[in-house]
Amino acid sequence: MPLFIFFKREFYLLLLSKPLIFMQQDALILELQNGNERAFERIYHLYSESTYGIIYSIVRDEKIAEELLQDVFLKIWDKAPSYNSDKGRFFTWILNIARNASIDKIRSKSFKNDQQNLKADNFVDILEAKTNFNEAVDSIGLKKYIEALKPVCKKLIDYLFFKGYTQKETSEELDMPLGTVKTRNRACIDKLRAMVIK
Amino acid sequence: MDIQKYISSGILELYVYGALSEKESRQVSLILKKYPEVKTEVEEIEKALFTLSSAAAPNNAEHLITSIKEKLSNSGAATKTGRTPVRKINWITYSGWAASLLLLIGLFVFFNRTNELREELMAAKARNAQMEQQIANARQNAEKANDLLAVIRDKNVKRIPLKGQKVAPEAFASVYWNKQENTAYIDAQELPEPPRGKVYQVWSLTMQPLSPTSIGLLEDFEADNNKIFSLENPNQSEAFGITLEPEGGSKTPSMDQLYVLGTVAAP
Repeated sequence: MPLFIFFKREFYLLLLSKPLIFMQQDALILELQNGNERAFERIYHLYSESTYGIIYSIVRDEKIAEELLQDVFLKIWDKAPSYNSDKGRFFTWILNIARNASIDKIRSKSFKNDQQNLKADNFVDILEAKTNFNEAVDSIGLKKYIEALKPVCKKLIDYLFFKGYTQKETSEELDMPLGTVKTRNRACIDKLRAMVIK
Repeated sequence: MDIQKYISSGILELYVYGALSEKESRQVSLILKKYPEVKTEVEEIEKALFTLSSAAAPNNAEHLITSIKEKLSNSGAATKTGRTPVRKINWITYSGWAASLLLLIGLFVFFNRTNELREELMAAKARNAQMEQQIANARQNAEKANDLLAVIRDKNVKRIPLKGQKVAPEAFASVYWNKQENTAYIDAQELPEPPRGKVYQVWSLTMQPLSPTSIGLLEDFEADNNKIFSLENPNQSEAFGITLEPEGGSKTPSMDQLYVLGTVAAP
């Protein structure tokens, strides 16, 4: 019995609202780089939840994820002046900070001792787990999307997006040619987009 | 450039993931700025991923902003000029190191200079001691000279020149004889140095009959600087003579070793 009824109400609302305001805002980033605390708050409001999702998908512990989320945003504040749009997207920049902090954490001794066995393997499991707590689910479209998502898509997105593998690492991990990683992934993201942007 | 082909290649998805090399990312950034349709595509990919990762968040994290902002305040960086203090701290650190280094160099130079000064001081002290010794010596010499002058000027003193004899025609000596004090001062400046194991002996002579009486030896002849020797002479001397005798002196003068001789002039 498929349990692909993933998203709680907040997420559904978020689908409708946040993407509308979410866009790389160059002026806001510049203010952040100048040390404007207001700009920092708005950046937090915009990016904290997706960053939290990335961190949680790697560490799988709410408390540790909360600590890391704070660390990551302190880093964002400190390192903001070093962000350069010529090198990539602001979202990508944040992603890298979040993934690196999380990976450092799970490689640390204290973490290894505490977390002998992680319950879930990738982001899909998190979404499933969440569904268990929120039976009242509303997004039929998203449910369809997840149903339609091929296992290879789940893996590609998990490695490339959540875990931050390079194209080469992903190709080796999945035993798939480099070019195929690129095109297959493109197809997977197309499907995701079809659900998110209506 | 075929933009549609570029978009469908899948490179933009990798770009948003951060899965490209830095060089490749820079190239995509340039194209993104040049072609609006590429930018739109990137933004849509971003939105989809943004939504997906947001869904993976276990709960709402909005409340954490309060504690994050507290940490910002504690680190002293939560002001509009918040970047400046960070640099200032660096600057202070650097200047601290610089100051330490300067202090170290300064201490080293100071230490060296102190040693030099100490050596100079020691040398000066040694010179000083030497000078003091010389002054003391000079004073002593001056006192001696004054004493001698006093002796010579005494109205009771008679000077008797002693002339060189056969063994030493060039030799010469003087006797300053104070009859009242029974003292004879022998000025032996012009006598040659006695050979090793020999010593000059001074004789008082009376003529009728000729009889010599020893009044003393010129001991430590070489060591005596002014070569003036003070001897006791209670005799009614009519002449003085100086002979070279074996160490310790002789009972009677060796006449073949008579160096100088002089008679006392009648008063």
